Amino acid sequence: MSDNNGFEPTIVGYFCNWCTYAGADLAGSSRLQYPHNVRGIRVMCSSSVDPMYLLRALFGGADGVILCGCEPGDCHYISGNYKARRRMMVLKTVLETLGLEGDRLWMRWIGAPDGPKFAKTMNEFTELIREKGPNPLGTAWNV
Amino acid sequence: MAKSATLTAGGGGVVKSLQQLLKDMLEKKLVEAVLVPLELPSKEGVVQSLVTRPAALDSANPLAPVLPVNTANVLSKMTRLASSEKKVAVVARPCELRALVELVKLKQACLNNIVLIGMDCYGTYSVLDYKQFATETPNTGDEFMKGIKAGQADSRLREACQICEYPYPLLADITIGLIGSDFDKEILLLANTPLGQQVVDGLGLPEAQADGRQAAIDKLVGDRVKRRDEVFEQTLAETKGLEKLTSIFAPCIGCHNCRDMCPICYCKECVFDSDTFSFEADKYVGWAEKKGAIRMPTDTLFFHVIRLNHMVTSCVGCGLCQEACPNSVPVFRIFRFVGSKVQPTFDYVPGRDVEEELPLTTYKEDELQKVGYE
Repeated sequence: MSDNNGFEPTIVGYFCNWCTYAGADLAGSSRLQYPHNVRGIRVMCSSSVDPMYLLRALFGGADGVILCGCEPGDCHYISGNYKARRRMMVLKTVLETLGLEGDRLWMRWIGAPDGPKFAKTMNEFTELIREKGPNPLGTAWNV
Repeated sequence: MAKSATLTAGGGGVVKSLQQLLKDMLEKKLVEAVLVPLELPSKEGVVQSLVTRPAALDSANPLAPVLPVNTANVLSKMTRLASSEKKVAVVARPCELRALVELVKLKQACLNNIVLIGMDCYGTYSVLDYKQFATETPNTGDEFMKGIKAGQADSRLREACQICEYPYPLLADITIGLIGSDFDKEILLLANTPLGQQVVDGLGLPEAQADGRQAAIDKLVGDRVKRRDEVFEQTLAETKGLEKLTSIFAPCIGCHNCRDMCPICYCKECVFDSDTFSFEADKYVGWAEKKGAIRMPTDTLFFHVIRLNHMVTSCVGCGLCQEACPNSVPVFRIFRFVGSKVQPTFDYVPGRDVEEELPLTTYKEDELQKVGYE
């Protein structure tokens, strides 16, 4: 584990109530460790998060933001995650075209029985962001 | 397949012929009103006007090279509460029609009983440049077209127009075909829909062939695409990265004029007019303590990135955002450039077809397979 001068990232996670949040619960009850850096927010569906709230977290200084929903085909609302996938594509393309570190933004599909996958994903993402260092949007004063 | 007819131009110039065409439509009761740019009494500008009295069309100047307000906004305002019961002809430029199609998809305008008359467009000036041009030139529309015919490079054309690859209407009941036609002598009318055909038939014009039109369009588009790519390259060099972006947006005073003039930004209650992103004083002080200082009001770049996210899939590149900016922030360049990256992802051309769904209201199961796994 690299330490990047002891930098501990702040990660905001938006977790779908029906899949990922249950997956997070399972990770907890299975005593699987995942980093305390991740602040989870329960949402009803990955598609109920307007991309502006993902950006709000990034512009507010979060070092990484992760949006998680049900596996494609498994959405509790039939098609929410497909729509969220398109929005994520737009958001990432906008950020990358502007050169605003789109890789600080992840989308992942994590189902209710995927406790181990939840813990693994959060570990991976936190480690990636720890290596990347602080979000420049969080330190620039004139944004 | 479009049927075509010829409008023979008299000695009075192109503008006179178009005035006569619209008058005929009114007098022959083919339509009950015409929405068309009229010269203001000062002669220093033209404005979209809804005309019912044929004589008022003597001051119609649809070829005046200026675009003060996007006609899509005008028609949205007019048809949002209830669609038109009376037949109205709307004379508009290709970018205006494309924006209108997007607003129809967003349920902000209705095309019932609207006859869309799309004009080929060689570009427009800023309102101030047009005012200057109008004080120097008595017949702006005709003089502008003369310049085009002579092949003169026109540095007054707005950048949005210089790089626009849709100088011809993508969707109109009737197209006024200027590109590739010898418009001093005759103007091509293309009837693209049954509604358009009905109106053109009612005018009793001789049939015509659209010879040479496509080749002329291809040449014009080719030139503009070349210029567009140069501008994109420059935009990329000037804007990429947080440092460059903050300096580009440094003069932004948060007036939101760009949003107000954007034909696509239709929300009646924009999130930036709400208190969604307002916070208690202590929060601001807290952020200031964390960073040492924060720019106030906050969220300068945030506003633009959110706006990009919300409307860039439908951006038609009319450039009115930039015209509205009091501090000349190159918003148009940035939005158009980002749009050129986003729209092809969904094989989407804004304003191409009313039936085509907005990219963010639909999905396919077997697409974007990498998202969520990369």
